[in-house]
Amino acid sequence: MYNPTVARLTYRALLGRRRAAILFVLPALLIVISLAVRLVRGADDGTASDLLGGFAIATMVPLIGVIAGTGAIGPEIDDGSIVYLLSKPVKRPTVIITKLFVAIAVTMAFSAIPTLIAGFILNGNGGQIAIAYTVAALVASIAYSALFLLLGTVSRHAVVIGLVYALVWEALFGSMVPGARTLSVQQWALALAQRIAGEGAVSSDVGLPAAVILLVVVTGGATWYAGRRLRTLTLAGEE
Amino acid sequence: MTTIEIDHASRWFGNVVAVNDVTMTIGPGVTGLLGPNGAGKSTLINMMGGFLAPSTGTVMLDGRPIWRNEDVYREIGIVPEREAMYDFLTGLEFVVANAELHGLGTREAHAALATVEMEYAQDRAISTYSKGMRQRVKMASALVHNPSVLLLDEPFNGMDPRQRMQLMDLLRQMGAQGRTVLFSSHILEEVEQLASHIEVIVAGRHAASGDFRRIRRLMTDRPHRYLVRSSDDRALAAALIADPSTAGIEVDLAEGALRVQAVDFGRFTTLLPQVARAHSIRLLTVSPSDESLESVFSYLVTA
Repeated sequence: MYNPTVARLTYRALLGRRRAAILFVLPALLIVISLAVRLVRGADDGTASDLLGGFAIATMVPLIGVIAGTGAIGPEIDDGSIVYLLSKPVKRPTVIITKLFVAIAVTMAFSAIPTLIAGFILNGNGGQIAIAYTVAALVASIAYSALFLLLGTVSRHAVVIGLVYALVWEALFGSMVPGARTLSVQQWALALAQRIAGEGAVSSDVGLPAAVILLVVVTGGATWYAGRRLRTLTLAGEE
Repeated sequence: MTTIEIDHASRWFGNVVAVNDVTMTIGPGVTGLLGPNGAGKSTLINMMGGFLAPSTGTVMLDGRPIWRNEDVYREIGIVPEREAMYDFLTGLEFVVANAELHGLGTREAHAALATVEMEYAQDRAISTYSKGMRQRVKMASALVHNPSVLLLDEPFNGMDPRQRMQLMDLLRQMGAQGRTVLFSSHILEEVEQLASHIEVIVAGRHAASGDFRRIRRLMTDRPHRYLVRSSDDRALAAALIADPSTAGIEVDLAEGALRVQAVDFGRFTTLLPQVARAHSIRLLTVSPSDESLESVFSYLVTA
C-alpha cells in the first residue's frame, strides 16, 4: 500500500515548489511570536493556550494542511504529469495512500514540531499545554491531509477552496456559529487536547467519543473516495 | 504480438459525441491515426491507454479490457501529448522513477536512454530540455519496460525536422521489431512518411482504414490526377482523351507537362503505357499529383 517511488516524487514536488516557502514561514512566525511573548510577558498558561489554540491550531495547521494535502496531488493532475504514475502496474489506491502518507508527514513536520517547540518556549509545557496542542496538531494533520488530498483530486481550485475552508469556515464561521464548530477538524483535534491538558486549559465544543469517530470517518472516507476518483480519473483530452 | 481491439466503441461528453461507434484492430507494425484537430483522436488514444472508459462498446488488449485494469500497463507504453513531466527531475531520475514503478531499476533506465540517444543530457534537469529532448525522454520512459504496445499522441508536435526524422526512425525500428506502434497526427506528411497502415477518424467516426494508396484507389468516383511528361505531349494528350478512362487533359506550358484527370484508375494505368507505345511516344515522367495523404484526406472529409 506504500510505493517508495511515488513517495519520493511527491516529496520532491512538494518541497521543491515556491509555494513550499509558506511551509517554512508559518512555523518560523509562530516561534518568533512565542519568543517575543515569553520575553515580554513571561511564562503564562493562559497566554500559551491562547497563542497555540488561536494561531498554531486554528491557522497554521490548516494552512499547512492545505499546502501539503492539495500540493501532494493537485498540480500533477492539473499539468497532466500524473499520467506517468497512472500508466504503471501500480494500484491506484496505493498511489493515493502513499501520497496521503507524504502529506501527513509533511503537515506533521511543519505544524506539530513547531507547535511543540513554541509550547515549550511559552510556558515550558506547564499544565501539559505544549503536549496537548502538539497532539491536537498531529491528529489534525492526518484529517486535514486526507481532506485536502481528496480536494486535490476533485477540483482544479483545490487550494482556493481549501483556504476558504481553513480560514473562513474553521476560523471565522466557527467562532460565530456554534453549530459550525461541530463540523470542524480543529474542534475534533482540540477534544483530544482537552483530555491531555490540565483542567480548563483547552476547550473544545465536541465530546471526545464524537470527535474520535468523526476524525476516523472523515479521514477514512476522504481517502477511500480519493482512491476512487483516481481510478476513474479521465485525463482531459482535446474536448 | 499484441493487438488492440476496439469494438463498437463510442464516447460522449455530456451531449457531445467525441467518438462514434468505432471498430478497429491495431496490430503489430506502425499505424497512423489520422484526423483533423478535434476529430476524436485523443479520445480514442485515451481509451486505448486506459484513461477514458468507452461510453458503449469495448476496448481490449489481447482480449483483456483496458479500462480499470492496471495490469495492462506491463504491455503498454504511453507517450502523452502534454509537456509536463516532473520538470524538477533530471532526465535520468525521471526515467529511473518510471522504471521503478514497473518494478525495474537503473539498468533498464540507462538502456532506454541509450535507445533514444539522450545519455549525453541525462544529468540535466528536464526543465532545461528542448521540446525534442523532452519528447525523447518521454519515449525512454515509455520504452523502459520493453512494452509490446506503444501509444503516442501527436508525438511530432513542435519538433524540428531533424528531431522528427530521428523519432520516425526510432518508431520504424519499433514497428519492425514487431511492436504495435500507434501514433496520432493531424499532419498528413508525417503519417504518409511513417505509417504503412492508416486509420482515419473524421468527426468522431472511423472514416477509412488500410493502406492509404488503396484507400485512395477504392474511391473510384473521385478523379485521379497525374502529371505526365513525354517526348510528345500533344500527341499523347490526343490519344488519351479518346479513351473513356480519361476525363480531361490540360497542357501545362509552364511546367512542360500534361495534367491528366483519370476517372477509371485501373484502366488508365494500363492504358497509358500502351497508348504511348502505339504512338512511339516516350514517357519521361508519370507521377500521381494528388496521391498525397492530403488529398485522400480532404476527399474523406468532404465525402
